[in-house]
Amino acid sequence: MTTRKERLKATLNQVPLFLGLILLWMLLWGSYSGLTVLTGALLAVIVSVGFYLPAVELGLRVNLWYSFVYFSRLLFDIVLGSVQVAVLALSPRYTPSNAIVAVHLRTRSDFVLTLTGVSTSIVPGAIVVDVDRVRSTLYLHVLNVHRPEQVEKFRKGVLAEERRIVMALGSRADVERLRRVSGEDRSEKDQHARTQHAREKRKRGGIT
Amino acid sequence: MSDELRDVISAVLVLAGAVMCLAAGVGLIRFPDVLSRLHAATKPQILGLMAITADVALNNFTVGTVTLVIAIVVFQALTAPVVAHLVARSSYDTHHVRIDVLILDELGTRPD
Repeated sequence: MTTRKERLKATLNQVPLFLGLILLWMLLWGSYSGLTVLTGALLAVIVSVGFYLPAVELGLRVNLWYSFVYFSRLLFDIVLGSVQVAVLALSPRYTPSNAIVAVHLRTRSDFVLTLTGVSTSIVPGAIVVDVDRVRSTLYLHVLNVHRPEQVEKFRKGVLAEERRIVMALGSRADVERLRRVSGEDRSEKDQHARTQHAREKRKRGGIT
Repeated sequence: MSDELRDVISAVLVLAGAVMCLAAGVGLIRFPDVLSRLHAATKPQILGLMAITADVALNNFTVGTVTLVIAIVVFQALTAPVVAHLVARSSYDTHHVRIDVLILDELGTRPD
């Protein structure tokens, strides 16, 4: 049974997404009148009821400075990544050499996992081939890696990306976890917590 | 902003966008397998789109255009990786992957 407090929290969690839908509606019309807000709100209700999806747990925490850092770095990385792939495609001495790399993220949040996957897909490097939601692991296809050192460098890059996202938008628990667990060398204790968490998530019967 | 300066910026943006789209096209043909081709189809294409929509916003500088351009870029940036992921996963699952150009495949050896 859900208590009243839990339900209130769940509703509150949906508010940013709801506002986002209204904002999108206004962007598409390019007008900001009371009427667009009203029709937007109406449509947002229809969309969220009609196309019901399991609720995403947002951290409900935004750090403006780290968001700024994240988005400016993202923009820079998009330019860098695009130019790299373009140069590679046009380079006459291109020899294919790729890798599929598993990156174990430290976050427990689906939201951060998704955002990291999307971000790494548009910055230098990777396409998400598979996601292990229970273990918070991304399987990424990396273009143009020739040596194992490059793979390690790439892994560090993705973990840094995750760090930026958690600092900007992640929940307090995730920030705390980031501080405790550094990089790939997780302590055994965390490994234990991770399997425990995986078991719980399976029990709750989420989509994997 | 003077007209000349705006023309120069426009030219640079359109040219950059065109070069990116060309590179994406070349990459689609030259890269060896589906997974590599997806890189060409998502990355230079996003920058190309950004450059061209930025040019549109620059030449019709109204609130409506700018917000629409932002919406286009944000949604492209959000949806392109998702589509790429779906194509990548199905191509991996149906073994449409050139294993010989992979130096490492941690998906093949993952724990269940």
